[in-house]
Amino acid sequence: MEFNREFILGCSAIGAGLAVIAGIGPGVGQGIAAGHAAAAVGRNPGAKSDVTSTMLLGQAVAETTGLYGLLVAMLLMFVKPLAN
Amino acid sequence: MNQGLLLAADSGNVDFFIHKVFSYTIFGQEVWITTSHVCILIVFLILTAFALCANAAMKKASDVPTGFQNVVELIVEMLDNMLKTNMGSHAHQFANYIETVFIFILVSNISGLLGLRPPTADYGVTFPLGVITFVLIFVNKIRYQKVSGFLKGLCDPWPIWAPINVIGDVAVPISLSLRLFANVLSGTVMMALVYGLLKWIAVFWPAVLHVYFDLFSGAIQTYVFCMLTMTYISDAIGEK
Repeated sequence: MEFNREFILGCSAIGAGLAVIAGIGPGVGQGIAAGHAAAAVGRNPGAKSDVTSTMLLGQAVAETTGLYGLLVAMLLMFVKPLAN
Repeated sequence: MNQGLLLAADSGNVDFFIHKVFSYTIFGQEVWITTSHVCILIVFLILTAFALCANAAMKKASDVPTGFQNVVELIVEMLDNMLKTNMGSHAHQFANYIETVFIFILVSNISGLLGLRPPTADYGVTFPLGVITFVLIFVNKIRYQKVSGFLKGLCDPWPIWAPINVIGDVAVPISLSLRLFANVLSGTVMMALVYGLLKWIAVFWPAVLHVYFDLFSGAIQTYVFCMLTMTYISDAIGEK
């Protein structure tokens, strides 16, 4: 069955929307990391700078999976690999 | 149109693509000079100018630092401390590379403030940085753990795990470079959407978004890239 270009582009847009749902996971993960970091600073305020840098590093690494979803969405929306 | 990642031109209002400046033919292959090249050249010129000023300031350095010498010493000391806390006694071997990369990525990321398209929002810029890290990891593993240690690390619990370990090693440069690329790109896209779709409504208040997407996110990602590079390299070196 042959699909026309508009149909494929529409489906690509839906796929891009589904792909950025990947952002939920890193959001929850970063929130948990920030919460634990806040608790750690509350228990030991002297270690604030160490805790903050460790938290930021961990959050940035956790963010990667969400960014992969974003990249897939970008590819579907703007490079249009399926419609060419 | 399918020339490469985000190298496209039919965009309408929203414009965050890499554009062609001019093209030339070399060895029968058409090569494009894009906005990424121009922006990277501008970043290079800024850094060179800063380096020349710093060199001139340190030529007539005094024991009690004043003016520009203060700034230069502050930057170098900050970066040296970051390296010392992470790499310990091996810090001096990698200081040149990691501090250079830190300053380059930082200036690239915040060059969105100057109205440039950040060079790090081009996968062709971040992937080589990831590959350099990969080569450094590999070379240092061979140098410090010898070939026997390298093979032992490859067959970590049992030899049957070797393919999985190889995939894990190859994933390092890809995830490093994609993380930096996607973060900077997402900032660029958000700013392009704000300016492209809101038009005259977008006055003054996008400055707040610039602070987050360009300054905060850019600085964090620079720190993370260098931090992970240092962690991987000291992991490859082995003993503390």
